[in-house]
Amino acid sequence: MGRVGIIFKRELAGYFVTPIAAVFIVIFLLLSGTFTFYLGSFFPRGQADLLPFFNFHPWLYLILIPALAMRLWAEERKEGTIELLFTLPVTLWEAVLGKFLAAWCFTAIALALTFPIWITVNVLGEPDNGVIVASYFGSLLMAGGFLAIGSCISAVTKNQVIAFVLSVVVCLGFVLSGFPMVLDFFSPWAPDFLLQAISSFSFFTHFTAISKGIIDLRDLVYFLSVMAFWLFATTLLLEWKKAE
Amino acid sequence: MGNMVEIRRLRKVFGSIVAVDSVSFTLSQGEVLGFLGPNGAGKSTTMKMITGFLTPTGGTVKVNGYDIQDQPIEAKRGIGYLPEGAPLYPDMTPQSFLGFVAEMRGFRGEALRQRVADTVKKVNLGSVVHQRIETLSKGFKRRVGLAQAILHDPPVLVLDEPTDGLDPNQKHEVRTLIKAMAQEKAIILSTHILEEVQAVCTRAMIIAKGKVITDGTPAELEARSPSHNAVTVRVKTGTATGVLEILQGLPGVKRVEALEEEEGIQGFRVIPVKGQSILAVISRCSRDRNWEVVELSVDRGQLDEVFRSLTMPDQALT
Repeated sequence: MGRVGIIFKRELAGYFVTPIAAVFIVIFLLLSGTFTFYLGSFFPRGQADLLPFFNFHPWLYLILIPALAMRLWAEERKEGTIELLFTLPVTLWEAVLGKFLAAWCFTAIALALTFPIWITVNVLGEPDNGVIVASYFGSLLMAGGFLAIGSCISAVTKNQVIAFVLSVVVCLGFVLSGFPMVLDFFSPWAPDFLLQAISSFSFFTHFTAISKGIIDLRDLVYFLSVMAFWLFATTLLLEWKKAE
Repeated sequence: MGNMVEIRRLRKVFGSIVAVDSVSFTLSQGEVLGFLGPNGAGKSTTMKMITGFLTPTGGTVKVNGYDIQDQPIEAKRGIGYLPEGAPLYPDMTPQSFLGFVAEMRGFRGEALRQRVADTVKKVNLGSVVHQRIETLSKGFKRRVGLAQAILHDPPVLVLDEPTDGLDPNQKHEVRTLIKAMAQEKAIILSTHILEEVQAVCTRAMIIAKGKVITDGTPAELEARSPSHNAVTVRVKTGTATGVLEILQGLPGVKRVEALEEEEGIQGFRVIPVKGQSILAVISRCSRDRNWEVVELSVDRGQLDEVFRSLTMPDQALT
């Protein structure tokens, strides 16, 4: 196993030896259920699909993913273990990637545990399972985007509360960038191409596109490049601010 | 064996503060180098650069022949490092933590298991290997830190305050462990405890304000102490008169201090000129005059005096 794998393994195990795994998964399932059935009117709609379930994922991630990501680097800084980690024969990239993949994999586990709702909808009607698979895939990609942002912000502070709050704000910006409340701020003065660029940054737009069942290459490339960008930024910030 | 550690004009600047200023030295196998210096002198920063955690502002570090910046992975393979305060992952057990470090160091399968077991034995961790690290006492945590540093049997060991915060028995244990490894490794350790330098180091370096002030054996350092070769004489009062004046008149004596009289015994402390040896003269003198001498001892010198006079030159010794 490569060094990315070794770090991945240690990190992933770390979630399960602490109460983090249990708390996160329970809250994730509880909230996604509540949103789907109450706010999303799953039953009254009378349609055999999971739109009310997936529609709330951006908002759910907005709170939960920064909570998961805040400890990635802030904790290493606080405990001083960052010094231990980076004096082992490992590159910055390997460490950043290993930690990120562990957090992403953990999110995937939480997401996979929502499978009862998939079963429910299949029992009640005949949904388009292709669309549901695509939506799960899109949701996971979006979670990766949120995590990469959280990883980067966690790398600049040893205070997990600061990491959390800042991550929520930045993630909110990415979710809302296709919405009037962000665009209205730019539209009076910004040229059209910039407006389009900003709105094309929206997690929401890209996720909605995928959750219609069509996995467009552009959406895929978008999420992957968001992750690559923020993880790259993580390595730069770690290198730059390692001493503090 | 050649130089295991080669440091040239190492420099680190944080903003407007020069933390390490042009530090150069080499270290070979069998040497135990003690970094001494006041807090904030740049000891830890130097160690962080040697181990590749911090990028130097200038200068080079070569460990085991590899440049820490050009070939960091190869260089880091040859280093075992105990960072200041021995940071560890609190949620892990020593067993799982050492397993992780061993795997990162390239051990697999049976070799890994064996390596972890041997190291656990070496640092006496046996009873706590399956407890969470955060529940361990300071002494055990420090041992876990040491264990991860020596696990891969590195040719170069860098230990930042390895005995800080330990009780006297634990300190002794750690020193014994270091001495046992000294022959086959090049070791750098930092400490505030001067007796530690005398106990384990073959070489001592005093650092202040980022600069190396002295570099020599502990004995050479001691020799720079004003009380080096000072002789303490204790004589039964009544058997001798005018001792102070007579001692004062001996060749090579700079001055004589009378110590407090205790139970009919009068002590004198004789300070020599420029640290020369005056024991023979004094002992002959006391024999010739038939003083009843209870104690006659030579002071090797006080490292802390040297330390203070070198790191705080403004407040010269009185």
